[in-house]
Amino acid sequence: MSLVEKTAAQLQEMIHTKETTIAEMTQKAFDRIEALEPKVDAFLALNKERATQQAEEMDRVPFAERGPLFGLPIGVKDNIVTEGLETTASSRILEGFNPIYNATVVEKLKEAGMVTVGKLNMDEFAMGSSNENSYYKKTKNPWNLETVPGGSSGGSAAAVAAGEVPFTLGSDTGGSIRQPAAFCGVVGMKPTYGRVSRFGLIAYASSLDQIGPITRTVKDNALLLNAISGHDDKDSTSANVEVPDFAAALTGDITGLRIGVPKEYFGEGVGEAAKQAALDALKVLEERGAICEEISLPHSKYALATYYLLASSEASSNLSRFDGIRYGYRTEKAGNLLEFYMNTRSEGFGDEVKRRIMLGTYALSSGYYDAYYKKAQKVRTLIKKDFDDAFEKYDVIIGPTTPTPAFKIGEIIDDPLTMYANDILTIPVNLAGVPAISIPCGFADGLPLGLQIIGKYFDEETVYRVADVFEQATDFHKKTPQTWEGAAQ
Amino acid sequence: MAKMTKEEVIEVAHLARLAITDEEAEHFADQLEAITNAMELLNELDTDNVEPTTHVLQMVNVLREDKSIPGLDRELVLKNVKEHEGGQVKVPTILE
Repeated sequence: MSLVEKTAAQLQEMIHTKETTIAEMTQKAFDRIEALEPKVDAFLALNKERATQQAEEMDRVPFAERGPLFGLPIGVKDNIVTEGLETTASSRILEGFNPIYNATVVEKLKEAGMVTVGKLNMDEFAMGSSNENSYYKKTKNPWNLETVPGGSSGGSAAAVAAGEVPFTLGSDTGGSIRQPAAFCGVVGMKPTYGRVSRFGLIAYASSLDQIGPITRTVKDNALLLNAISGHDDKDSTSANVEVPDFAAALTGDITGLRIGVPKEYFGEGVGEAAKQAALDALKVLEERGAICEEISLPHSKYALATYYLLASSEASSNLSRFDGIRYGYRTEKAGNLLEFYMNTRSEGFGDEVKRRIMLGTYALSSGYYDAYYKKAQKVRTLIKKDFDDAFEKYDVIIGPTTPTPAFKIGEIIDDPLTMYANDILTIPVNLAGVPAISIPCGFADGLPLGLQIIGKYFDEETVYRVADVFEQATDFHKKTPQTWEGAAQ
Repeated sequence: MAKMTKEEVIEVAHLARLAITDEEAEHFADQLEAITNAMELLNELDTDNVEPTTHVLQMVNVLREDKSIPGLDRELVLKNVKEHEGGQVKVPTILE
């Protein structure tokens, strides 16, 4: 009996009919992780002992008290703090850090009865698009082990693609859920800014960061967003808005839906395969009653520069807390306090983190503040307005998630600007704060491609409805990578 | 914008409390110059009459009632501290 490739509903059915138990399912998840980790390297700390114990206790809970995700295994990105389970954000500076509380989303997973099996590798402090910036390991793309899984939530996307776990949480600041979801052929949602509490998410760029679900199917993704959404007193930027039942929004009906297709997302810098797959996907949606029209988001080309100025500035401030005093890595070589700070931080941070801290410090320094930081904040207003204007006429905006499929490990790691260009189609969404999903929509040279569906503020429902209609009409989400062959089921 | 020199990188690194070698400073200077040059693109846009966006949602300060609530337990707080003594965090010499 195989547990991989199953949806939440199918797994619950198997538990209800006594075909399996939560304890057995948890054990099988660890078996599969053990079998596949030598190839995929998606996980950092594993939570085996506590998860096993928790699963046994959960098997005794009456069915009537269980929700749709009860007892199901989940992996959590390593920048989300988990009490008693090492949390490093893939940085040396947090090596051995053992959080003393849970992030709000982790508390919510507990309330939903989910079993946290472990922490997932990422680019250090969520800075990167390939997972090559992790201090600990390089996660591989399950579709081709010589290529990257994307980033920064590369471990989260790869673990789902490899069938190690059916659910993971990632975080998305400039595309860090959607780009790896596209590269790994899975479903990744960045909710509206403020939809999900950031309390306990190790901050990179606070005005852009948002936690979101990664899954194999749209329905499961909606179920997981149901579980983690909601206002939180501990996060003053979390939105006090009603949380609908996202799974109930999957009506299968998109008749008359107005789709804006931004010409900038099919322009310079976007590869032919990605364009073609997105155009084919739009045809599928048209056949199901949607109306597609070309639109313009005129400030798209300014998004990358705007993002790197704002995100780096926020990062330089957020990461100033890592000083080696109260937690994390501490240098051995320091005569005085200044040397202590400087050596701890240069030994503890990797190159990309240092680059962004320095860029941010520069952009915020006196003499450059207006020219860089404030200028970028103003351009952010223009980018946001592009979306506001488009959403007056259209229900969703659709294009490719990434310009290309996954690239080879080592190929562009020494060229920051080329690496940054991976995110040209995802970054505008974070700057505007609107929700967007990436779903599988094709393949190029055996590697998955993603379709990005962008929605109005707090209208994840329409995004999910469109994504589900496409998923029901196609088979891309049913394909499995070669790493599955011969692995424990 | 100005060329990012090695000296500027060393100055910025110091502000950010990062120790870097001369060799690293040169390497970062090249990369940061390429990055800041790419950021010049924004100067094409006239933003004189545009308000800056600090936050995408309408936000107001969140206040709570002014009453004391218990903080974290001291033993827990010290759990991740590498060196501590008598309930206090140990650091290197501050005053020479």
